[in-house]
Amino acid sequence: MQTKRMTFSSGWLPYALLAPQVIITLIFFIWPASQALYQSVLRQDIFGLRTEFVGLDNFARLLNDPLYLNSLNVTFWFSVGTTFLSMSVALLFAVMVNRMIRSRDSYTTFLVWPYAVAPAIAGVLWWFIFNPSIGIMPYMLKGFGYDWNHRSSSTDAMILIIVAAAWKQISYNFLFFLAGLQSIPQSLIEAAAIDGASRMKRFWTIVFPLLSPITFFLMVVNVVYAMFDTFGVIHATTEGGPAQATNILVYKVYRDGFVNLNLGSSAAQSVILMAIVVILTVIQFRYIERRVNY
Amino acid sequence: MVENNRWGNLLAHIILILGVAIVIFPVYVAIIASTHPSGTFLRGVMPLLPGPNALENYKTVIVEGRSRAGTPPIGGMLWNSFVMAMAITIGKLSISLLSAFAIVYFRFPFRIFFFWVIFLTLMLPVEVRILPTFQVVADLGMLNSFAGLSIPLIASATATFLFRQFFMTVPEELMEAARVDGAGPMKFFKDILMPLSITNIAALFVIMFIYGWNQYLWPLLITTDPEYYTIVMGIQRMVTGGDSEPLWHLVMATVVLAALPPILVILFMQRLFVKGLTETEK
Repeated sequence: MQTKRMTFSSGWLPYALLAPQVIITLIFFIWPASQALYQSVLRQDIFGLRTEFVGLDNFARLLNDPLYLNSLNVTFWFSVGTTFLSMSVALLFAVMVNRMIRSRDSYTTFLVWPYAVAPAIAGVLWWFIFNPSIGIMPYMLKGFGYDWNHRSSSTDAMILIIVAAAWKQISYNFLFFLAGLQSIPQSLIEAAAIDGASRMKRFWTIVFPLLSPITFFLMVVNVVYAMFDTFGVIHATTEGGPAQATNILVYKVYRDGFVNLNLGSSAAQSVILMAIVVILTVIQFRYIERRVNY
Repeated sequence: MVENNRWGNLLAHIILILGVAIVIFPVYVAIIASTHPSGTFLRGVMPLLPGPNALENYKTVIVEGRSRAGTPPIGGMLWNSFVMAMAITIGKLSISLLSAFAIVYFRFPFRIFFFWVIFLTLMLPVEVRILPTFQVVADLGMLNSFAGLSIPLIASATATFLFRQFFMTVPEELMEAARVDGAGPMKFFKDILMPLSITNIAALFVIMFIYGWNQYLWPLLITTDPEYYTIVMGIQRMVTGGDSEPLWHLVMATVVLAALPPILVILFMQRLFVKGLTETEK
Protein backbone atom coordinates (compact mmCIF):
# COMPACT_ATOMS: atom_id res chain seq x y z
CA MET A 1 0.00 0.00 0.00
CA GLN A 2 1.27 3.46 -0.89
CA THR A 3 2.24 6.21 1.50
CA LYS A 4 3.94 9.49 0.97
CA ARG A 5 7.65 9.37 0.21
CA MET A 6 8.27 11.42 3.31
CA THR A 7 6.26 10.77 6.45
CA PHE A 8 6.01 12.30 9.88
CA SER A 9 7.94 10.53 12.57
CA SER A 10 5.48 8.23 14.29
CA GLY A 11 5.08 7.45 17.98
CA TRP A 12 1.69 7.40 19.63
CA LEU A 13 0.13 10.08 17.42
CA PRO A 14 -1.04 7.93 14.48
CA TYR A 15 -2.67 5.49 16.88
CA ALA A 16 -4.49 8.32 18.59
CA LEU A 17 -5.69 9.60 15.22
CA LEU A 18 -6.96 6.17 14.23
CA ALA A 19 -8.47 5.37 17.62
CA PRO A 20 -11.96 6.90 17.22
CA GLN A 21 -12.67 5.14 13.94
CA VAL A 22 -11.12 1.84 14.97
CA ILE A 23 -12.98 1.74 18.30
CA ILE A 24 -16.34 2.49 16.68
CA THR A 25 -15.65 -0.06 13.97
CA LEU A 26 -14.76 -2.75 16.50
CA ILE A 27 -17.77 -2.16 18.74
CA PHE A 28 -20.48 -1.54 16.18
CA PHE A 29 -19.18 -3.47 13.21
CA ILE A 30 -16.66 -6.24 13.86
CA TRP A 31 -18.32 -7.36 17.10
CA PRO A 32 -21.88 -7.64 15.71
CA ALA A 33 -20.65 -9.22 12.49
CA SER A 34 -18.82 -11.91 14.43
CA GLN A 35 -21.87 -12.36 16.66
CA ALA A 36 -23.90 -13.05 13.53
CA LEU A 37 -21.37 -15.67 12.47
CA TYR A 38 -21.46 -17.24 15.93
CA GLN A 39 -25.25 -17.26 16.27
CA SER A 40 -25.64 -18.77 12.85
CA VAL A 41 -24.35 -22.08 14.22
CA LEU A 42 -26.56 -22.04 17.32
CA ARG A 43 -30.21 -22.78 17.91
CA GLN A 44 -32.33 -21.47 20.77
CA ASP A 45 -35.55 -22.97 22.04
CA ILE A 46 -38.60 -20.77 21.81
CA PHE A 47 -38.25 -19.28 25.30
CA GLY A 48 -34.57 -18.48 24.85
CA LEU A 49 -33.70 -20.76 27.77
CA ARG A 50 -31.49 -23.28 26.08
CA THR A 51 -29.00 -22.80 23.33
CA GLU A 52 -27.29 -25.60 21.52
CA PHE A 53 -24.59 -25.82 18.92
CA VAL A 54 -26.02 -27.13 15.66
CA GLY A 55 -23.16 -26.58 13.21
CA LEU A 56 -24.30 -25.84 9.71
CA ASP A 57 -27.79 -27.11 10.42
CA ASN A 58 -29.35 -23.63 10.26
CA PHE A 59 -27.96 -23.21 6.76
CA ALA A 60 -29.12 -26.66 5.67
CA ARG A 61 -32.61 -25.90 6.93
CA LEU A 62 -32.68 -22.60 5.09
CA LEU A 63 -31.74 -24.17 1.80
CA ASN A 64 -34.53 -26.70 2.22
CA ASP A 65 -37.05 -24.12 3.36
CA PRO A 66 -39.53 -23.28 0.59
CA LEU A 67 -40.12 -19.85 2.16
CA TYR A 68 -36.42 -19.03 1.97
CA LEU A 69 -36.14 -20.30 -1.58
CA ASN A 70 -39.16 -18.20 -2.44
CA SER A 71 -37.48 -15.18 -0.88
CA LEU A 72 -34.36 -15.82 -2.96
CA ASN A 73 -36.48 -16.00 -6.06
CA VAL A 74 -38.40 -12.83 -5.17
CA THR A 75 -35.15 -10.98 -4.46
CA PHE A 76 -33.75 -12.09 -7.81
CA TRP A 77 -36.70 -10.79 -9.84
CA PHE A 78 -36.94 -7.64 -7.79
CA SER A 79 -33.24 -6.83 -8.31
CA VAL A 80 -33.37 -7.62 -12.02
CA GLY A 81 -36.52 -5.56 -12.50
CA THR A 82 -35.31 -2.56 -10.51
CA THR A 83 -31.87 -2.56 -12.10
CA PHE A 84 -33.17 -2.92 -15.63
CA LEU A 85 -35.93 -0.33 -15.30
CA SER A 86 -33.86 2.34 -13.55
CA MET A 87 -30.81 1.86 -15.79
CA SER A 88 -32.64 1.88 -19.11
CA VAL A 89 -34.69 4.96 -18.25
CA ALA A 90 -31.59 6.72 -16.90
CA LEU A 91 -29.61 5.90 -20.04
CA LEU A 92 -32.38 7.28 -22.25
CA PHE A 93 -32.49 10.51 -20.22
CA ALA A 94 -28.69 10.83 -20.19
CA VAL A 95 -28.42 10.38 -23.98
CA MET A 96 -31.13 12.99 -24.52
CA VAL A 97 -29.69 15.49 -22.05
CA ASN A 98 -26.22 15.02 -23.53
CA ARG A 99 -27.55 16.33 -26.89
CA MET A 100 -28.61 19.55 -25.26
CA ILE A 101 -26.27 22.48 -24.96
CA ARG A 102 -28.08 25.29 -23.27
CA SER A 103 -30.73 23.35 -21.36
CA ARG A 104 -28.42 20.61 -20.09
CA ASP A 105 -28.06 21.97 -16.57
CA SER A 106 -31.74 22.72 -16.08
CA TYR A 107 -32.79 19.21 -17.11
CA THR A 108 -30.13 17.75 -14.85
CA THR A 109 -31.48 19.74 -11.91
CA PHE A 110 -34.96 18.38 -12.54
CA LEU A 111 -33.71 14.81 -12.77
CA VAL A 112 -31.28 14.53 -9.82
CA TRP A 113 -33.41 15.39 -6.80
CA PRO A 114 -35.19 12.03 -6.31
CA TYR A 115 -31.82 10.82 -5.01
CA ALA A 116 -32.64 12.81 -1.87
CA VAL A 117 -35.94 11.02 -1.22
CA ALA A 118 -35.73 8.22 1.33
CA PRO A 119 -36.64 4.75 0.01
CA ALA A 120 -39.41 4.51 2.60
CA ILE A 121 -40.90 7.77 1.38
CA ALA A 122 -40.62 6.69 -2.25
CA GLY A 123 -42.53 3.57 -1.23
CA VAL A 124 -45.30 5.53 0.46
CA LEU A 125 -45.61 7.91 -2.51
CA TRP A 126 -46.07 5.17 -5.07
CA TRP A 127 -48.24 3.19 -2.72
CA PHE A 128 -50.56 6.17 -2.60
CA ILE A 129 -50.54 6.61 -6.37
CA PHE A 130 -51.32 2.91 -6.82
CA ASN A 131 -53.86 2.74 -4.00
CA PRO A 132 -56.64 0.48 -5.34
CA SER A 133 -59.51 2.63 -4.10
CA ILE A 134 -58.32 6.22 -4.49
CA GLY A 135 -55.06 6.03 -6.47
CA ILE A 136 -54.74 7.64 -9.87
CA MET A 137 -52.97 4.71 -11.53
CA PRO A 138 -55.59 2.03 -10.81
CA TYR A 139 -58.18 4.51 -12.08
CA MET A 140 -56.31 4.93 -15.35
CA LEU A 141 -55.59 1.23 -15.65
CA LYS A 142 -59.27 0.50 -15.24
CA GLY A 143 -59.76 2.54 -18.40
CA PHE A 144 -57.61 -0.05 -20.16
CA GLY A 145 -59.58 -2.85 -18.57
CA TYR A 146 -56.97 -3.83 -16.01
CA ASP A 147 -58.11 -4.32 -12.44
CA TRP A 148 -55.15 -3.25 -10.29
CA ASN A 149 -54.89 -4.54 -6.76
CA HIS A 150 -51.49 -4.98 -5.13
CA ARG A 151 -53.16 -6.29 -1.97
CA SER A 152 -54.28 -9.47 -3.65
CA SER A 153 -52.18 -9.79 -6.79
CA SER A 154 -48.55 -10.86 -6.38
CA THR A 155 -47.60 -9.44 -9.77
CA ASP A 156 -49.13 -6.06 -8.99
CA ALA A 157 -47.34 -5.91 -5.64
CA MET A 158 -44.03 -6.75 -7.29
CA ILE A 159 -44.56 -4.09 -9.96
CA LEU A 160 -45.37 -1.56 -7.26
CA ILE A 161 -42.14 -2.09 -5.31
CA ILE A 162 -40.03 -2.24 -8.49
CA VAL A 163 -41.45 1.10 -9.69
CA ALA A 164 -40.92 2.73 -6.29
CA ALA A 165 -37.37 1.41 -5.93
CA ALA A 166 -36.39 2.20 -9.53
CA TRP A 167 -37.87 5.71 -9.48
CA LYS A 168 -35.50 6.73 -6.70
CA GLN A 169 -32.48 5.19 -8.39
CA ILE A 170 -32.93 6.83 -11.82
CA SER A 171 -31.21 10.05 -10.76
CA TYR A 172 -28.14 8.20 -9.54
CA ASN A 173 -27.74 6.19 -12.75
CA PHE A 174 -28.48 9.26 -14.82
CA LEU A 175 -25.57 11.21 -13.29
CA PHE A 176 -23.11 8.41 -13.94
CA PHE A 177 -24.30 7.81 -17.50
CA LEU A 178 -24.13 11.52 -18.24
CA ALA A 179 -20.58 11.74 -16.87
CA GLY A 180 -19.69 8.73 -19.01
CA LEU A 181 -21.20 10.21 -22.16
CA GLN A 182 -19.37 13.47 -21.65
CA SER A 183 -16.03 11.72 -21.44
CA ILE A 184 -16.42 10.11 -24.89
CA PRO A 185 -14.26 11.99 -27.41
CA GLN A 186 -16.37 13.85 -29.97
CA SER A 187 -13.85 13.11 -32.71
CA LEU A 188 -14.76 9.40 -32.67
CA ILE A 189 -18.40 10.16 -33.27
CA GLU A 190 -17.64 12.75 -35.91
CA ALA A 191 -15.40 10.32 -37.79
CA ALA A 192 -18.18 7.74 -37.84
CA ALA A 193 -20.66 10.35 -39.01
CA ILE A 194 -18.36 11.28 -41.91
CA ASP A 195 -18.23 7.61 -42.81
CA GLY A 196 -21.99 7.77 -43.08
CA ALA A 197 -23.02 5.87 -39.95
CA SER A 198 -26.54 6.74 -38.86
CA ARG A 199 -27.29 8.09 -35.42
CA MET A 200 -28.60 4.76 -34.17
CA LYS A 201 -25.65 2.89 -35.60
CA ARG A 202 -23.22 5.33 -34.02
CA PHE A 203 -24.89 4.85 -30.67
CA TRP A 204 -24.83 1.04 -30.72
CA THR A 205 -21.38 0.58 -32.26
CA ILE A 206 -19.41 3.41 -30.62
CA VAL A 207 -21.12 5.09 -27.70
CA PHE A 208 -22.66 2.06 -26.04
CA PRO A 209 -19.48 -0.08 -26.04
CA LEU A 210 -17.52 2.84 -24.60
CA LEU A 211 -20.11 3.13 -21.85
CA SER A 212 -19.86 -0.54 -20.95
CA PRO A 213 -17.48 -0.11 -17.98
CA ILE A 214 -19.89 2.40 -16.41
CA THR A 215 -22.84 0.19 -17.26
CA PHE A 216 -21.20 -2.73 -15.51
CA PHE A 217 -20.31 -0.65 -12.48
CA LEU A 218 -23.87 0.65 -12.26
CA MET A 219 -25.25 -2.87 -12.58
CA VAL A 220 -23.35 -3.97 -9.48
CA VAL A 221 -24.29 -0.83 -7.56
CA ASN A 222 -27.94 -1.20 -8.52
CA VAL A 223 -28.11 -4.85 -7.52
CA VAL A 224 -26.58 -3.93 -4.15
CA TYR A 225 -29.10 -1.11 -3.82
CA ALA A 226 -32.06 -3.31 -4.72
CA MET A 227 -30.97 -6.05 -2.34
CA PHE A 228 -30.02 -3.99 0.70
CA ASP A 229 -31.26 -0.41 0.60
CA THR A 230 -34.87 -1.10 -0.26
CA PHE A 231 -35.96 -2.32 3.14
CA GLY A 232 -37.92 0.90 3.61
CA VAL A 233 -39.77 0.47 0.31
CA ILE A 234 -41.07 -2.94 1.40
CA HIS A 235 -41.66 -2.24 5.06
CA ALA A 236 -43.66 0.93 4.50
CA THR A 237 -45.85 -0.59 1.78
CA THR A 238 -46.47 -4.28 1.14
CA GLU A 239 -44.73 -5.71 4.26
CA GLY A 240 -43.62 -8.69 2.23
CA GLY A 241 -47.11 -9.65 1.08
CA PRO A 242 -49.38 -10.67 -0.44
CA ALA A 243 -48.53 -14.31 0.21
CA GLN A 244 -44.76 -13.69 0.53
CA ALA A 245 -44.68 -12.20 -2.96
CA THR A 246 -42.46 -9.26 -1.97
CA ASN A 247 -40.58 -10.76 0.97
CA ILE A 248 -37.03 -9.96 -0.14
CA LEU A 249 -34.04 -11.37 1.76
CA VAL A 250 -33.25 -8.26 3.82
CA TYR A 251 -36.86 -7.99 4.89
CA LYS A 252 -36.98 -11.66 5.80
CA VAL A 253 -33.89 -11.32 8.04
CA TYR A 254 -35.69 -8.57 9.90
CA ARG A 255 -38.97 -10.47 10.11
CA ASP A 256 -37.42 -13.71 11.30
CA GLY A 257 -35.14 -11.95 13.76
CA PHE A 258 -37.33 -9.24 15.28
CA VAL A 259 -40.89 -10.42 14.71
CA ASN A 260 -40.61 -14.21 14.80
CA LEU A 261 -37.58 -14.19 17.15
CA ASN A 262 -35.90 -17.02 15.30
CA LEU A 263 -32.36 -15.93 16.08
CA GLY A 264 -30.40 -18.83 14.62
CA SER A 265 -32.18 -18.69 11.29
CA SER A 266 -31.97 -14.90 11.13
CA ALA A 267 -28.24 -15.02 11.85
CA ALA A 268 -27.70 -17.70 9.20
CA GLN A 269 -29.59 -15.53 6.70
CA SER A 270 -27.40 -12.56 7.68
CA VAL A 271 -24.30 -14.62 7.01
CA ILE A 272 -25.55 -15.62 3.57
CA LEU A 273 -26.31 -11.96 2.82
CA MET A 274 -22.85 -10.95 4.00
CA ALA A 275 -21.34 -13.46 1.60
CA ILE A 276 -23.41 -12.01 -1.25
CA VAL A 277 -22.32 -8.42 -0.47
CA VAL A 278 -18.69 -9.42 -0.13
CA ILE A 279 -18.78 -11.11 -3.55
CA LEU A 280 -20.44 -8.10 -5.15
CA THR A 281 -17.97 -5.72 -3.50
CA VAL A 282 -14.99 -7.75 -4.66
CA ILE A 283 -16.34 -7.66 -8.21
CA GLN A 284 -16.77 -3.91 -7.91
CA PHE A 285 -13.23 -3.39 -6.62
CA ARG A 286 -11.65 -5.48 -9.34
CA TYR A 287 -13.53 -3.35 -11.80
CA ILE A 288 -12.29 -0.15 -10.16
CA GLU A 289 -8.72 -1.37 -10.28
CA ARG A 290 -9.03 -2.13 -13.96
CA ARG A 291 -10.38 1.34 -14.58
CA VAL A 292 -7.39 2.87 -12.85
CA ASN A 293 -5.07 0.99 -15.22
CA TYR A 294 -6.79 2.34 -18.32
CA MET B 1 -23.85 16.70 -31.65
CA VAL B 2 -22.56 16.19 -35.10
CA GLU B 3 -25.34 17.27 -37.39
CA ASN B 4 -27.93 19.83 -36.50
CA ASN B 5 -31.09 17.83 -36.47
CA ARG B 6 -34.00 20.05 -35.56
CA TRP B 7 -36.63 17.31 -35.40
CA GLY B 8 -34.30 15.13 -33.37
CA ASN B 9 -33.76 17.90 -30.86
CA LEU B 10 -37.46 18.56 -30.64
CA LEU B 11 -38.08 14.88 -30.02
CA ALA B 12 -35.37 14.86 -27.36
CA HIS B 13 -37.01 17.82 -25.62
CA ILE B 14 -40.38 16.08 -25.71
CA ILE B 15 -38.95 12.88 -24.24
CA LEU B 16 -37.14 14.81 -21.52
CA ILE B 17 -40.15 16.93 -20.60
CA LEU B 18 -42.26 13.77 -20.35
CA GLY B 19 -39.51 12.14 -18.32
CA VAL B 20 -39.22 15.08 -15.95
CA ALA B 21 -43.00 15.06 -15.58
CA ILE B 22 -42.98 11.38 -14.63
CA VAL B 23 -40.11 11.91 -12.20
CA ILE B 24 -41.87 14.85 -10.55
CA PHE B 25 -45.34 13.31 -10.58
CA PRO B 26 -45.22 11.46 -7.22
CA VAL B 27 -44.16 14.56 -5.34
CA TYR B 28 -46.73 16.70 -7.15
CA VAL B 29 -49.40 14.22 -6.09
CA ALA B 30 -48.16 14.36 -2.49
CA ILE B 31 -48.27 18.14 -2.40
CA ILE B 32 -51.76 18.21 -3.89
CA ALA B 33 -53.05 15.55 -1.50
CA SER B 34 -51.68 17.48 1.46
CA THR B 35 -53.91 20.44 0.65
CA HIS B 36 -57.25 18.62 0.79
CA PRO B 37 -59.59 17.95 3.69
CA SER B 38 -59.90 14.33 4.80
CA GLY B 39 -63.33 13.93 3.20
CA THR B 40 -61.86 14.13 -0.31
CA PHE B 41 -60.26 10.72 0.03
CA LEU B 42 -63.48 8.99 0.95
CA ARG B 43 -65.09 10.05 -2.32
CA GLY B 44 -63.13 8.08 -4.86
CA VAL B 45 -60.18 9.01 -6.99
CA MET B 46 -57.62 11.43 -5.62
CA PRO B 47 -57.77 14.97 -6.99
CA LEU B 48 -55.12 16.49 -9.25
CA LEU B 49 -55.75 20.10 -8.34
CA PRO B 50 -55.00 21.76 -5.00
CA GLY B 51 -57.63 21.96 -2.28
CA PRO B 52 -58.29 24.57 0.38
CA ASN B 53 -56.91 22.89 3.48
CA ALA B 54 -53.14 23.28 3.12
CA LEU B 55 -52.49 25.55 6.09
CA GLU B 56 -54.73 23.57 8.38
CA ASN B 57 -53.20 20.20 7.47
CA TYR B 58 -49.64 21.36 7.89
CA LYS B 59 -50.50 23.03 11.17
CA THR B 60 -52.11 19.81 12.37
CA VAL B 61 -49.11 17.62 11.65
CA ILE B 62 -46.47 20.05 12.84
CA VAL B 63 -48.06 21.21 16.08
CA GLU B 64 -50.59 18.64 17.20
CA GLY B 65 -49.67 15.30 15.66
CA ARG B 66 -52.13 12.52 16.25
CA SER B 67 -51.55 11.76 19.85
CA ARG B 68 -54.39 9.25 20.01
CA ALA B 69 -52.80 7.15 17.27
CA GLY B 70 -49.43 7.35 19.01
CA THR B 71 -47.78 9.73 16.57
CA PRO B 72 -46.23 12.80 18.13
CA PRO B 73 -46.20 16.20 16.41
CA ILE B 74 -43.88 16.40 13.40
CA GLY B 75 -41.99 19.39 14.76
CA GLY B 76 -40.07 17.25 17.23
CA MET B 77 -39.45 14.51 14.68
CA LEU B 78 -37.99 17.00 12.21
CA TRP B 79 -35.66 18.22 14.92
CA ASN B 80 -34.64 14.64 15.80
CA SER B 81 -33.93 13.87 12.15
CA PHE B 82 -31.84 16.99 11.88
CA VAL B 83 -29.82 16.18 14.99
CA MET B 84 -29.31 12.59 13.88
CA ALA B 85 -28.26 13.60 10.34
CA MET B 86 -25.85 16.24 11.63
CA ALA B 87 -24.36 13.89 14.23
CA ILE B 88 -23.78 11.20 11.61
CA THR B 89 -22.32 13.68 9.13
CA ILE B 90 -19.98 15.46 11.52
CA GLY B 91 -18.99 12.22 13.22
CA LYS B 92 -18.15 10.48 9.96
CA LEU B 93 -16.24 13.44 8.58
CA SER B 94 -14.13 13.93 11.70
CA ILE B 95 -13.14 10.32 12.31
CA SER B 96 -12.49 9.85 8.58
CA LEU B 97 -10.28 12.91 8.22
CA LEU B 98 -8.20 11.87 11.21
CA SER B 99 -7.79 8.24 10.21
CA ALA B 100 -7.07 9.04 6.55
CA PHE B 101 -4.43 11.50 7.74
CA ALA B 102 -2.84 8.83 9.92
CA ILE B 103 -2.85 6.24 7.14
CA VAL B 104 -1.40 8.49 4.45
CA TYR B 105 1.08 10.62 6.39
CA PHE B 106 2.53 8.19 8.92
CA ARG B 107 4.35 4.93 8.79
CA PHE B 108 3.86 2.79 11.88
CA PRO B 109 3.47 -0.85 12.92
CA PHE B 110 0.11 -2.48 12.10
CA ARG B 111 -0.78 0.31 9.68
CA ILE B 112 -2.01 -2.10 7.03
CA PHE B 113 -3.90 -4.14 9.59
CA PHE B 114 -5.83 -1.06 10.76
CA PHE B 115 -6.41 -0.07 7.17
CA TRP B 116 -8.16 -3.36 6.48
CA VAL B 117 -10.15 -3.34 9.72
CA ILE B 118 -11.60 0.00 8.65
CA PHE B 119 -12.09 -0.93 5.04
CA LEU B 120 -13.96 -4.10 5.83
CA THR B 121 -16.88 -1.85 6.78
CA LEU B 122 -17.21 -0.69 3.19
CA MET B 123 -18.85 -4.02 2.54
CA LEU B 124 -21.62 -4.62 5.01
CA PRO B 125 -24.58 -2.29 5.38
CA VAL B 126 -26.26 -2.21 8.76
CA GLU B 127 -29.32 -4.00 7.34
CA VAL B 128 -27.32 -7.18 6.97
CA ARG B 129 -26.09 -7.45 10.56
CA ILE B 130 -29.12 -5.79 12.04
CA LEU B 131 -29.96 -8.11 14.92
CA PRO B 132 -26.49 -8.41 16.51
CA THR B 133 -25.89 -4.67 16.09
CA PHE B 134 -29.18 -4.04 17.85
CA GLN B 135 -28.12 -6.35 20.68
CA VAL B 136 -24.80 -4.54 21.11
CA VAL B 137 -26.54 -1.17 21.27
CA ALA B 138 -29.12 -2.54 23.72
CA ASP B 139 -26.38 -4.00 25.93
CA LEU B 140 -24.64 -0.65 26.01
CA GLY B 141 -27.89 0.98 27.16
CA MET B 142 -28.02 3.19 24.09
CA LEU B 143 -31.62 2.52 23.04
CA ASN B 144 -33.70 5.69 22.83
CA SER B 145 -30.78 8.08 22.67
CA PHE B 146 -29.14 10.24 20.06
CA ALA B 147 -25.89 8.36 20.61
CA GLY B 148 -27.63 5.10 19.74
CA LEU B 149 -29.23 6.68 16.70
CA SER B 150 -26.01 8.01 15.25
CA ILE B 151 -22.82 6.33 16.47
CA PRO B 152 -23.42 2.84 15.02
CA LEU B 153 -24.05 4.42 11.60
CA ILE B 154 -20.81 6.40 11.76
CA ALA B 155 -18.80 3.20 11.42
CA SER B 156 -18.39 3.19 7.67
CA ALA B 157 -15.33 3.79 5.60
CA THR B 158 -16.62 5.55 2.48
CA ALA B 159 -15.43 8.94 3.70
CA THR B 160 -12.08 7.54 4.85
CA PHE B 161 -11.61 6.04 1.42
CA LEU B 162 -12.32 9.33 -0.33
CA PHE B 163 -10.05 11.38 1.92
CA ARG B 164 -7.26 8.85 1.51
CA GLN B 165 -7.52 9.13 -2.28
CA PHE B 166 -7.52 12.90 -2.04
CA PHE B 167 -4.56 13.13 0.36
CA MET B 168 -2.54 10.95 -2.01
CA THR B 169 -2.89 13.65 -4.69
CA VAL B 170 -1.70 16.49 -2.43
CA PRO B 171 1.83 17.49 -3.55
CA GLU B 172 4.62 16.23 -1.29
CA GLU B 173 6.38 19.59 -1.43
CA LEU B 174 3.74 21.11 0.80
CA MET B 175 4.60 18.75 3.59
CA GLU B 176 8.33 19.14 3.06
CA ALA B 177 7.97 22.91 3.22
CA ALA B 178 5.90 22.62 6.39
CA ARG B 179 8.57 20.45 7.99
CA VAL B 180 11.37 22.81 6.99
CA ASP B 181 9.42 25.58 8.65
CA GLY B 182 9.24 23.46 11.77
CA ALA B 183 5.50 22.72 11.69
CA GLY B 184 4.40 19.60 13.56
CA PRO B 185 1.97 17.08 12.06
CA MET B 186 -1.13 18.55 13.67
CA LYS B 187 -0.23 22.06 12.56
CA PHE B 188 0.26 20.79 9.03
CA PHE B 189 -3.10 19.01 9.24
CA LYS B 190 -4.94 22.07 10.51
CA ASP B 191 -3.31 24.84 8.49
CA ILE B 192 -2.57 23.14 5.18
CA LEU B 193 -4.45 19.89 4.70
CA MET B 194 -7.84 20.98 6.01
CA PRO B 195 -8.08 24.16 3.91
CA LEU B 196 -7.10 22.13 0.83
CA SER B 197 -9.82 19.56 1.50
CA ILE B 198 -12.63 22.03 2.01
CA THR B 199 -14.43 21.28 -1.28
CA ASN B 200 -14.27 17.54 -0.64
CA ILE B 201 -15.52 18.02 2.88
CA ALA B 202 -18.45 20.09 1.65
CA ALA B 203 -19.30 17.59 -1.08
CA LEU B 204 -19.26 14.69 1.36
CA PHE B 205 -21.25 16.73 3.81
CA VAL B 206 -24.15 16.86 1.35
CA ILE B 207 -24.12 13.11 0.74
CA MET B 208 -23.70 12.15 4.39
CA PHE B 209 -26.45 14.50 5.48
CA ILE B 210 -28.88 12.92 3.03
CA TYR B 211 -27.78 9.45 4.13
CA GLY B 212 -28.34 10.35 7.78
CA TRP B 213 -31.66 12.05 7.22
CA ASN B 214 -33.05 9.15 5.20
CA GLN B 215 -32.24 6.41 7.72
CA TYR B 216 -35.26 4.23 8.29
CA LEU B 217 -34.71 0.73 9.66
CA TRP B 218 -32.22 1.72 12.35
CA PRO B 219 -34.30 4.42 14.08
CA LEU B 220 -37.35 2.20 13.69
CA LEU B 221 -35.68 -0.48 15.78
CA ILE B 222 -33.95 1.44 18.49
CA THR B 223 -36.51 4.14 19.29
CA THR B 224 -39.56 3.03 21.22
CA ASP B 225 -39.96 6.38 22.94
CA PRO B 226 -41.80 8.90 20.70
CA GLU B 227 -39.40 11.55 22.02
CA TYR B 228 -36.77 10.10 19.71
CA TYR B 229 -38.80 9.27 16.60
CA THR B 230 -37.28 10.55 13.39
CA ILE B 231 -39.54 11.77 10.64
CA VAL B 232 -38.84 9.13 7.99
CA MET B 233 -39.63 6.28 10.37
CA GLY B 234 -42.49 8.29 11.90
CA ILE B 235 -44.30 8.12 8.56
CA GLN B 236 -44.51 4.37 8.81
CA ARG B 237 -46.17 4.67 12.22
CA MET B 238 -48.78 6.94 10.64
CA VAL B 239 -49.45 4.67 7.69
CA THR B 240 -49.92 1.42 9.56
CA GLY B 241 -52.56 2.44 12.05
CA GLY B 242 -54.76 -0.63 12.06
CA ASP B 243 -57.06 -1.75 9.31
CA SER B 244 -58.51 1.62 8.43
CA GLU B 245 -57.25 3.67 5.51
CA PRO B 246 -54.47 6.04 6.54
CA LEU B 247 -55.39 9.70 6.89
CA TRP B 248 -53.92 10.48 3.53
CA HIS B 249 -54.00 14.25 3.74
CA LEU B 250 -51.91 14.20 6.94
CA VAL B 251 -49.62 11.43 5.75
CA MET B 252 -48.86 13.35 2.57
CA ALA B 253 -48.21 16.59 4.47
CA THR B 254 -45.72 14.63 6.56
CA VAL B 255 -44.17 13.08 3.46
CA VAL B 256 -43.64 16.53 1.96
CA LEU B 257 -42.04 17.82 5.15
CA ALA B 258 -39.82 14.74 5.44
CA ALA B 259 -38.61 14.89 1.84
CA LEU B 260 -38.10 18.64 1.61
CA PRO B 261 -34.88 19.23 3.59
CA PRO B 262 -32.69 16.73 1.70
CA ILE B 263 -34.17 17.84 -1.64
CA LEU B 264 -33.33 21.46 -0.84
CA VAL B 265 -29.81 20.46 0.14
CA ILE B 266 -29.35 18.76 -3.25
CA LEU B 267 -30.82 21.61 -5.25
CA PHE B 268 -28.73 24.27 -3.56
CA MET B 269 -25.52 22.30 -3.55
CA GLN B 270 -25.91 20.39 -6.80
CA ARG B 271 -22.35 20.84 -8.03
CA LEU B 272 -20.83 19.73 -4.75
CA PHE B 273 -23.26 16.84 -4.53
CA VAL B 274 -22.37 15.53 -7.99
CA LYS B 275 -18.66 15.89 -7.26
CA GLY B 276 -18.96 14.03 -3.99
CA LEU B 277 -21.12 11.30 -5.46
CA THR B 278 -19.00 10.49 -8.48
CA GLU B 279 -15.80 10.57 -6.43
CA THR B 280 -16.98 8.36 -3.60
CA GLU B 281 -18.18 5.66 -5.92
CA LYS B 282 -15.42 5.53 -8.47
